[in-house]
Amino acid sequence: MLRDITLGQYYPADSVIHKLDPRVKLFGTMLYIISLFCFRGIVALLAATVFLFAVIRLSKVPFRFMVKGLRTIMILMLITAVFNLFLTPGEELVSFWKLKITAEGLKNAIVMAVRLTYLILGTSVMTLTTTPNQLTDGLEKALAPLSKIGVPVHAIAMMMSIALRFIPILIEETDKIMKAQMARGADFETGNLIAKVKNMIPLLVPLFVSAFRRADDLAMAMEARCYHGGSGRTKMKPLRYQKRDGLAYLTVTAYLGVVLVCRWFLPWPM
Amino acid sequence: MSIILDKVNYIYSPDTAYQIQALRDINLEIKDGQFIGIIGHTGSGKSTLIQHLNGLMRATSGAIYFHGLDIYDEDFELRELRNRVGLVFQYPEHQLFETTIFDDVCFGPQNQGLTKEEAGLRAFEALRSVGLPEELYYQSPFDLSGGQKRRVAIAGVLAMKPEVLILDEPTAGLDPAGRDEILDLIARMHRERGMTVILVSHSMEDVAKYVDRIVVMNQGQVLYDGVPREVFRHYRELEKIGLAAPQVTYLMHELAAAGLKVDAEATTVEEARACLMEALTGVSSARRDIHRE
Ligand SMILES: Nc1ncnc2c1ncn2[C@@H]1O[C@H](COP(=O)(O)OP(=O)(O)O)[C@@H](O)[C@H]1O
Ligand SMILES: [Mg+2]
Repeated sequence: MLRDITLGQYYPADSVIHKLDPRVKLFGTMLYIISLFCFRGIVALLAATVFLFAVIRLSKVPFRFMVKGLRTIMILMLITAVFNLFLTPGEELVSFWKLKITAEGLKNAIVMAVRLTYLILGTSVMTLTTTPNQLTDGLEKALAPLSKIGVPVHAIAMMMSIALRFIPILIEETDKIMKAQMARGADFETGNLIAKVKNMIPLLVPLFVSAFRRADDLAMAMEARCYHGGSGRTKMKPLRYQKRDGLAYLTVTAYLGVVLVCRWFLPWPM
Repeated sequence: MSIILDKVNYIYSPDTAYQIQALRDINLEIKDGQFIGIIGHTGSGKSTLIQHLNGLMRATSGAIYFHGLDIYDEDFELRELRNRVGLVFQYPEHQLFETTIFDDVCFGPQNQGLTKEEAGLRAFEALRSVGLPEELYYQSPFDLSGGQKRRVAIAGVLAMKPEVLILDEPTAGLDPAGRDEILDLIARMHRERGMTVILVSHSMEDVAKYVDRIVVMNQGQVLYDGVPREVFRHYRELEKIGLAAPQVTYLMHELAAAGLKVDAEATTVEEARACLMEALTGVSSARRDIHRE
């Protein structure tokens, strides 16, 4: 039950997308998100759709895993769509009671829904095909130039990967503690807010005790293996761009080019 | 009166890449007053199984009956079930949270709706029966040794006066002396209170001496279910799944194979000693059935 909220579920598979350098996937996703917010017209929408579904197909991740992420933002999407539908001023299409739907509202609602859906699907492709560790590795390498101006890039990346590593462990621990206390009759569901907060104490105390103990142990284990920060540290698997990474960059850039050309040169609603 | 499991299956993270079937078609009947050992290799599904017995986990398919009532029935009170089937988890660190040991043991009884005084009485009684020195009662549970924490955790469940006591690997991480103390304590609970006790362990040696029934789990299934000497008869098969029979089983089988007239199925050292004495001296030992002491 609790594990379902784990961020970024990696889906292991043997595909081109999985093998891409994490930096490509990071920048690629960024460019795709940018394209979503500047596309206009039907041709661009078609391009965005084809691009997204081609990548999903290539990733070999079953489609139902992709849509899992959509479920969580369904409510947000509905609200956005409803507001856009009824509150955009413009040419009236239908009206009943005090509400009216305008052509512009309909257009905005559809565009917003498409943007949000594609945004979630696009980022899901990245998180489903890249392990959290690869992602932080990618971030560290991509942001490395910033360390010249004093940003502790390595430390930030290390903290991120440790945090990511511990999220599932702590979730599992929470699950176990909850069960141990429920076996003693603890109740985490009923009661008013104050009662609920008070009922959390038997859960939070063991959780914090265990988290601190784990942090302590980890620090000790890292020091015992002579960890002393990022300076002079090499990687076991250093990130190196391959030919396919270059091709991927080219494809994404070409796609972004198509979207921009549509925006600037094609007449609406093409 | 008993707990009955009928074709219970459990699947972790269904419909994901990490799907694991932890229980496969488990059929069991746990009768009142039995002392049962559940044995299996790490990952064989022991912990998953016992969490079904007090309704903490819900079977993916199959049914569980407590005293004849279906526990997945809409009207069935799961809280009441948890009052009557006490479960002590493997790590006491997962449940100790109060500032004093005494308060921590009071947590269960207070959740049952008892007054402070009644809960306090229960706590005293439970702490005394697990043999924790009285001067520790008002100290922090976090400063205790591993064995003492375990005792407090057991007391925390005993104070709720359950009919069935389930313990998940209560001896893991303890030294041999601490292990024997805890096991003796559990055996005493069973004897004195007539409680049904289910003891989970991955070591045959631990439980053979105490229990009157052994359930062997392997890969989510029940492999053997019977009295210890019946189960140890399969000691070669047990070895294949990474579970050794008690050392005395091997010794007695080899002696019997070498031609000595002994009962190859003796399960405890005391039993083996008595029957060796008989074989070697020809005098029947009157103390043959002392092995329960
Ligand atoms: N919270 C969980 N999520 C997913 N899989 C689990 C979880 N807990 C246990 N498992 C898996 O279920 C199987 C049985 O585990 P468990 O019941 O803990 O075995 P045991 O107690 O005999 O060591 C193992 O393969 C284990 O990896
Ligand atoms: Mg276990």
